[in-house]
Amino acid sequence: MSQDLFQAPDYYQLDDLLTDEHKLVRDAAREWVKREISPIIEDYAQKAEFPNQIIKGLAEIGAFGPYIPEEYGGAGLDQISYGLIMQEIERGDSGIRSTASVQSSLVMYPIWKYGNEDQRQKYLPKLASGELMGCFGLTEPDYGSNPSGMVTNFKDKGDYYLLNGAKMWISNAPFADIAIVWAKDESGRIHGLIVERGMEGFTTPETHNKWSLRASATGELIFDNVKVPKENLLPKKSGLGAPLGCLDSARYGIAWGAIGAAMDCYDTALRYSKERLQFGKPIGAFQLQQKKLAEMITEITKAQLLAWRLGVLRNEDKATSAQISMAKRNNVDMALTIARDARQMLGGMGITGEYSIMRHMMNLESVVTYEGTHDIHLLITGLDVTGLNAFK
Amino acid sequence: MKILVCISHVPDTTSKINFTDENSKFDTNGVQFVINPYDEFVLTRAMWFKEKQGASVTVVNVGNATNEPTLRKALAIGADEAIRVNADATDGYFVAKQLAEVVKNGDFDLILAGRESIDYNGGMVPGMLAGILDFNFVNACIGLEVDGNTATVIREIDGGKETLNTNLPLVIGGQKGIVEEKDLRIPNMRGIMMARKKPLSVVEPVSFDATTQSIKFEKPEAKGAVKLIDANNVGELINLLHNEAKVI
Ligand SMILES: Cc1cc2nc3c(=O)[nH]c(=O)nc-3n(C[C@H](O)[C@H](O)[C@H](O)COP(=O)(O)OP(=O)(O)OC[C@H]3O[C@@H](n4cnc5c(N)ncnc54)[C@H](O)[C@@H]3O)c2cc1C
Repeated sequence: MSQDLFQAPDYYQLDDLLTDEHKLVRDAAREWVKREISPIIEDYAQKAEFPNQIIKGLAEIGAFGPYIPEEYGGAGLDQISYGLIMQEIERGDSGIRSTASVQSSLVMYPIWKYGNEDQRQKYLPKLASGELMGCFGLTEPDYGSNPSGMVTNFKDKGDYYLLNGAKMWISNAPFADIAIVWAKDESGRIHGLIVERGMEGFTTPETHNKWSLRASATGELIFDNVKVPKENLLPKKSGLGAPLGCLDSARYGIAWGAIGAAMDCYDTALRYSKERLQFGKPIGAFQLQQKKLAEMITEITKAQLLAWRLGVLRNEDKATSAQISMAKRNNVDMALTIARDARQMLGGMGITGEYSIMRHMMNLESVVTYEGTHDIHLLITGLDVTGLNAFK
Repeated sequence: MKILVCISHVPDTTSKINFTDENSKFDTNGVQFVINPYDEFVLTRAMWFKEKQGASVTVVNVGNATNEPTLRKALAIGADEAIRVNADATDGYFVAKQLAEVVKNGDFDLILAGRESIDYNGGMVPGMLAGILDFNFVNACIGLEVDGNTATVIREIDGGKETLNTNLPLVIGGQKGIVEEKDLRIPNMRGIMMARKKPLSVVEPVSFDATTQSIKFEKPEAKGAVKLIDANNVGELINLLHNEAKVI
């Protein structure tokens, strides 16, 4: 990939809404991405390989559970800092951001919120430092948008739980040391279990041939009579609300992350439009190209405001699941539209790995699908405003 | 060893430059500020002395409260404490005078500054500071070792390098080479968290009237169009240089 010349757009001086510490955290993540991600990411995406060597660096910039309290190895930062870190990482690549989101919101968050003190002490500091990596198993082959139908289940065998079933499309699964697995007990209630690599009957085959999130490892979780110690059940919350609480946290991070991908596409297209000459002029001087750029920066600015406001609401513990859903849907859709327009602006160059746009565009096809598809989020807002359920 | 690193707070190199107040002041609206890159090289070297030789590192800036994030970043990178002299940095001599007071009060052995700041590129502060304090001074420094009271310093000279031995107390005007770009540090989360608790003290300036005043800033003229003249047509070239460009 050519040199990373990224300059972040801030059309409405939204930096004024951030604290000095927010900016310090964001700028550190931004510099780190420039130094550690941009030079290697194209190669890893082409090879369809997760760059394992960056885990330590991700931990150092606070990408793993930045809002987890310091006593558990986190940084005790607020929600806006978390969002900004996700934005910067996804500016580099959605796949790397996915790894950080999963670790923070889908693994550390449930242990912190639904786990007991022993579980927190045992896992959180090591997850924060990247010594342990985790994954989150909710989706199943036959239950994607409708996770409440899941068939993965466990039976109380006195000394342990016996877990059976399979999960699909699980980010980080191929290398994760632990998995937060959502499964039904004998009465059909959903609980979270911490399953560790090495437990007998637990395997994690990798999913190959993806055209999206190629630098992120995706796999299955297969449980064939796995004996899970009883102390590995997350005791403080059960029911579908438990995994959905994790999704709220992750979707919030994605709402910020998508802005990062969009900013990178816009910035690339803007620079290219001033340098590329056709018909004796920079292509940026043509109205049709300006329309694209004008719409991009407008949509980015709106998305930034949405994310910032949602961050304030989350800091005040007032953000509803429906509000988070709206931001995830809007911002990912915005990023995808921008990626497609930006790709066209680069002409043939837009399809090469010389520029990041096509990679972002393909990545965003996963981002618009996971953590609730675009359509499912429309139904969430629809239900919220009408009170009428259109899911079934 | 007590090290003082002088940190200047400058616009990022990609900033759009504009002026206000009838072109007498830099317009900071929407501008991102960073640690002066030359200062970042010497700060990184100071971290090395801290880690390898147990030096203490204080960072100082002459400027108003809006400069504090830059000092906070230096603390996050690893400096032990920060001092801000609460005054507008009007010119190089004024800044050097204020820094000299900080050095005297803090009893520093080694003062590291960047060779120049990339905002006004005056390049005067380190030399003036050494002059006021009557300390040894090496400018354009690209290598620095300290052993007890003696320093071995490499500086860039026209077409080469010069290696010198000198004594502390010493003022250095440093640049790339004292460390390399790859050595520059990005603050990590631990550092940012620790920086919250490190002291950042604000001291009032010594009274001293600035001796210069900025009257007006002008931007360089935009590059004009290029005229290409055929190599066989020297007459036309001379004609244009004489009558149009009026340079010969
Ligand atoms: C790269 C990648 C990584 C992932 N990582 C994880 C992970 O770490 N952990 C995890 O648990 N899951 C993960 N997922 C799974 C993801 O959350 C699911 O793919 C997603 O929830 C959609 O489920 P599905 O693929 O089964 O699609 P389906 O649910 O089969 O949906 C197919 C289509 O039908 C539409 N649809 C479904 N129901 C309705 C309805 N009621 N009304 C209207 N339209 C409807 C959907 O919007 C979609 O367009 C990942 C997915 C991908 C692609």
